[in-house]
Amino acid sequence: MPELYPVKIHVNGTTYERRVEPRMHLADFLRHEIDLTGTHIGCEHGVCGACTVLVDGASVRSCLMLAVQTDGRSVDTVEGVAAADGTLNPVQAALSKHHGLQCGFCTPGIIMTITEMRKESGGRQWTEDEVRAALSGNLCRCTGYQGMVDAALEVLTPLNLGRD
Amino acid sequence: MKPVPFDYHVPTSVADAVELLRTLPNARALAGGQSLIPMMNLRAAAPSHLIDLGKIPDLCGVHETASNLRIGAMTTQRSLERSAVVRRHCPLLGEAVDHVGHQQTRNRGTIGGSLCHLDPGAELPVAAAALEMTFTVTGPGGSRTMSFDEFPAGYLTTTLEPDEILTHIDVRKTLPHEGYAFLEFNQRPADFAIVSVAVLLTLDGEQVSQVRVVLGGIDYAPIRLLEAEATLTGNRLDDKAFEAAAAIAAAHPCEGDEVSPPEFRQHLAGVLVRRALRKALERTKVSVNA
Amino acid sequence: MTDNPFQSWMSKSVPRVEDDRLLQGRGKFLDDIRLDRLLMAAFVRSPVAHAILKKINLDAARALPGVRAVFSYNDLRPLLSLDRIPLALPSGAIRFDVDPPALAHEEICYVGEPIAVVIAETRAIAEDAVALVELEFDPLPVVMDPRDGVDKDAPKARLDCPDNLVARHVLKYGNGEAAFAAAAHRVKDCFRLNKGGGHSMEPRGIVARVDDDDLLTVWDSTQMPHRAKAILVNALGLSEEKVRVIAPDVGGGFGPKAVFHPEELVIPAVALKLRTPVKWAEDRFESFTATVQERVQIWDMEAAFDAEGKLLAIRGQLFHDHGAATPYGVALPYNAATNLIGPYALPAYDLEILMCLTNMVPACPTRGAGRPQGTFVMERLLDRAADELGLAREEIRQRNLIPLEQMPYTIPVIMRDGSTMTYDSGDYPECQRRVLEAAGWSEFDKRRDAARRDGRFLGIGLSNYVEGTGRGPFESASIRVGPSGKIMVSSGATAQGQGVKSMLAQISAGVLGMNPKDVHVVDGDTNATVLGLGAFASRQAVTAGNAIYLATRRVAEKARAMAAHMLEASADDLEIADGNIFVKGVPQLKVTLGDVSKALSGMPGYAIPGGMEPGLEAAVDFQPGPLTYTNGSHVAEVEVDPDTGAVKITRYVVVHDCGRMINPMMVEGQVLGGVVHGIGATLLEWMRYDDQGQPATVTYADYLLPTCDVVPRIEIHHMESPTPLNPLGVKGAAESGTIGAPAVIVSAIEDALRPLKIRIRDLPVTPARLRALIAAAQGKGAAP
Repeated sequence: MPELYPVKIHVNGTTYERRVEPRMHLADFLRHEIDLTGTHIGCEHGVCGACTVLVDGASVRSCLMLAVQTDGRSVDTVEGVAAADGTLNPVQAALSKHHGLQCGFCTPGIIMTITEMRKESGGRQWTEDEVRAALSGNLCRCTGYQGMVDAALEVLTPLNLGRD
Repeated sequence: MKPVPFDYHVPTSVADAVELLRTLPNARALAGGQSLIPMMNLRAAAPSHLIDLGKIPDLCGVHETASNLRIGAMTTQRSLERSAVVRRHCPLLGEAVDHVGHQQTRNRGTIGGSLCHLDPGAELPVAAAALEMTFTVTGPGGSRTMSFDEFPAGYLTTTLEPDEILTHIDVRKTLPHEGYAFLEFNQRPADFAIVSVAVLLTLDGEQVSQVRVVLGGIDYAPIRLLEAEATLTGNRLDDKAFEAAAAIAAAHPCEGDEVSPPEFRQHLAGVLVRRALRKALERTKVSVNA
Repeated sequence: MTDNPFQSWMSKSVPRVEDDRLLQGRGKFLDDIRLDRLLMAAFVRSPVAHAILKKINLDAARALPGVRAVFSYNDLRPLLSLDRIPLALPSGAIRFDVDPPALAHEEICYVGEPIAVVIAETRAIAEDAVALVELEFDPLPVVMDPRDGVDKDAPKARLDCPDNLVARHVLKYGNGEAAFAAAAHRVKDCFRLNKGGGHSMEPRGIVARVDDDDLLTVWDSTQMPHRAKAILVNALGLSEEKVRVIAPDVGGGFGPKAVFHPEELVIPAVALKLRTPVKWAEDRFESFTATVQERVQIWDMEAAFDAEGKLLAIRGQLFHDHGAATPYGVALPYNAATNLIGPYALPAYDLEILMCLTNMVPACPTRGAGRPQGTFVMERLLDRAADELGLAREEIRQRNLIPLEQMPYTIPVIMRDGSTMTYDSGDYPECQRRVLEAAGWSEFDKRRDAARRDGRFLGIGLSNYVEGTGRGPFESASIRVGPSGKIMVSSGATAQGQGVKSMLAQISAGVLGMNPKDVHVVDGDTNATVLGLGAFASRQAVTAGNAIYLATRRVAEKARAMAAHMLEASADDLEIADGNIFVKGVPQLKVTLGDVSKALSGMPGYAIPGGMEPGLEAAVDFQPGPLTYTNGSHVAEVEVDPDTGAVKITRYVVVHDCGRMINPMMVEGQVLGGVVHGIGATLLEWMRYDDQGQPATVTYADYLLPTCDVVPRIEIHHMESPTPLNPLGVKGAAESGTIGAPAVIVSAIEDALRPLKIRIRDLPVTPARLRALIAAAQGKGAAP
């Protein structure tokens, strides 16, 4: 049996120290080691995007990154997006307003993708085609994508970018 | 879909990484992991030791010299995509990277990892072949360089020894008057290419003085269309020339599958070569005028 | 009730009550369930499509550290009261039922069929153990094509069946022979229509726990928890009160989760034996191989028209790939066959449906459930006839659409519930007229010609369809107002993203003049409702929606009567709003719903005031009767690149009529998702197998789902033709969008390439297939 490997991972501002098997990917770490089950696993081969989280601010497939690779890094997940009192942030509120979610399984990954888009947008207005390209790494079977595209367009307008 | 058990190692120098690869049984280097880890999750790859290159300093970044760019093998596809230096001095590479996966995979995936994985549908090997990139690899006996032509060995296989690591790539700067184009065909924009083509073109007056035409998705590794290059060189790039090059591309023997059978890929190769040459030609004019 | 406060909520796009939790990652999906001592399961599955299983060696798997148990058929059988899982849905067409065993033994009939289960401390260890199991087979020939398979010389897909023709049905009315003999025009074609899997983003899964009182609690990512419970009670030999099935948050259903799969019996049986909670969370590789899917239907069809283009008759044969078992009866090909008729007057119909066993995972309904294929065939035949007669595509349809004055319209086909197929309401010609107008159909020629001059190939298509929705026999709903004034609703309806909780909350809150957020809804729990059916056939707004509507009205009436007694007022003068019952115009003269509930809860020894029955609650099992028919018309525009075969959908317009809408935002969400599912089936999704039955597409890199960047913005317009069949006047909306999509896209592609006279017969329309058609046409001398 391979040795357990010590890791120290900062998730949503809290530091977690665990000893894990090297084969455990980050999504399983989040879900099974620290009980943050909001990050979902839809394919485990890096296509569906349900497990998207931010590592040091950049969106990644957490099924394609080992927990041991995130040792010492910062991870942001869907659980850290809303305010502490449960008030939805603008991305979450816009998704609800535009009916950008139905079953909600893929939604956490989509929220994290849009969160990265907002951080990187540099205050510019996105076109619908750009939004669709940027969201194309998140599969959704329920919504036909239109509501989430509208939600993203709303929170990516320069006026709304600063609001969190 | 969980990988088989393995041990994990994080060397902090190339020498240490090479030593681990040399001494440990069934060891594999891990770059960005965007191809290797899905294969491990599917148990299609089952290394006993994973050597993570992610903490070795100096393997990342794009460094500019007078005539070259030196790109660290662990440079992410995302940083290439955003690199102003790459856009200015190696626009063909920039155009190829725009077709690679999604931002979530480009944030992790590296140029070295993509080249060494050598997927037939991958974009970066095709760009590397067209740009005549030079690969520097380090093994127990030190470093050596090779041209892209020497790099592929078979399906998903390179000529790297099991204990060698690709450390960086050198690519000459594309000159302002050179035309270029990277085109690919797929059913969804972010997928691997069914067929891709890279063209790099230099004119002397109206005549082609130098041209490289490389196809991806046709064989296990990118194919340089030497015959098409020879046909085009010294001639005007008119419709007849495009058709001649396209015919050569479409005649290349090809593998296929039920969705994209060989004859379809061959046809696409012809279409894309014609379109890429046209686009590259337009760009030579734009550059000259600029 | 002079003033109906319900009006203020009906047809309002109020936000969903589900969203807040889901948006914060606080949903509880199957794999999110945490229990003490929970063990993880992985299945040993057949690596071959057809074989005799000679030997199975579990020793190495059992010896692996971390493994708690391994069960093969022989280990499992003593835990079951039945040898096969009793899934059959009765049908006269079925020649023999093929119920699956819980674990395969003796004969193996498809790749992915479960053979044994490993229970271990982690999923990773369980997978390690699965890899150590040794299997020995004698291979058998495979059946992969439903037309070849019903040939009398075909090999048998299952040795335990007499032949591969598992069911045969002839759908026939009118005098087709005479019609064909007298027809001015006939068109004939053969179609090979593939449709893919459900592909909910959450795969299937199950958790089973036995507590100290022997209560078996099963969390199942299912569309039908009550059916799962009934099967478990039967197959495990337990009594009803010892089994509870809960559908937690379910991450999409789309059909496959309505089917009871072997894993849903194996995991509870094993948990009962081990008396330890066990979880199986399907991974994506398993869902590609072991979850039911749709596949190919082959249609050999001919249509007869009179000189004016009026349909006289349609006849032909439908070969349906049924896979290796029949867990959902004949619903899928039967839906396809009946939905072919669509919104058109078809005087005679004669279709032989041949359902063939094959060596692939069973075929079962996915979103649309056969209807997109039937509609595709009808719409292609109409386009063919339009070409033959020199009519415009909209014109031939106009001539055949059932006019409003003939509604309700009866077709002499007997449905599953014994009723005669009847379109209850809808204005089909107006629906087509509106979609043509919204899409600018009449100006399209100009755009197409202009684009053609620039070397671009644009095309436009049109399709019309109906969908029988709201299948019975019933759905349950109950409402209870507690002494606290809180409202609790429960129903046998079960949600997988449709917004069932919101729908039920909106209706009951509407009747009581409250905010939907103040209604607590429990769905998908067999302990919350004794009876229930769940999600299939776009039915829950019709069935559960009307059930909660009627139940809430009863509660409101009773509250009003009790309040009248308490306020010494006439019930007719009372109004309900915001949890209060008050005298109209005198809002300070009021009691709260909580006060009423308290008064109806009784005091020890005292009579209930007013001599009323105790409790402020009501339960209704609503029986909808026959199906209510939703209809729609789609127009799509495409741009085709004839050099590559690439198709880009540039515009998509839907006019949709599902009767009265409860929440238009949610209706549109259903239609959007349905259309995109249909786009996938038309252009991308193709589950492929090699000739030995090995699945060739087992990842999302190979099986292509529609992504955000390949689907267009979809415009939806509504008509509302209330159905007379239920009090709310509502019809189903969940699958409808899927039905019109393949037909309309293919019509548009053929239109774009009209000079080439391309005839598309296969779905999906991949670039290679389209390019091959173009090349063949160009070879004939036509130039695009």
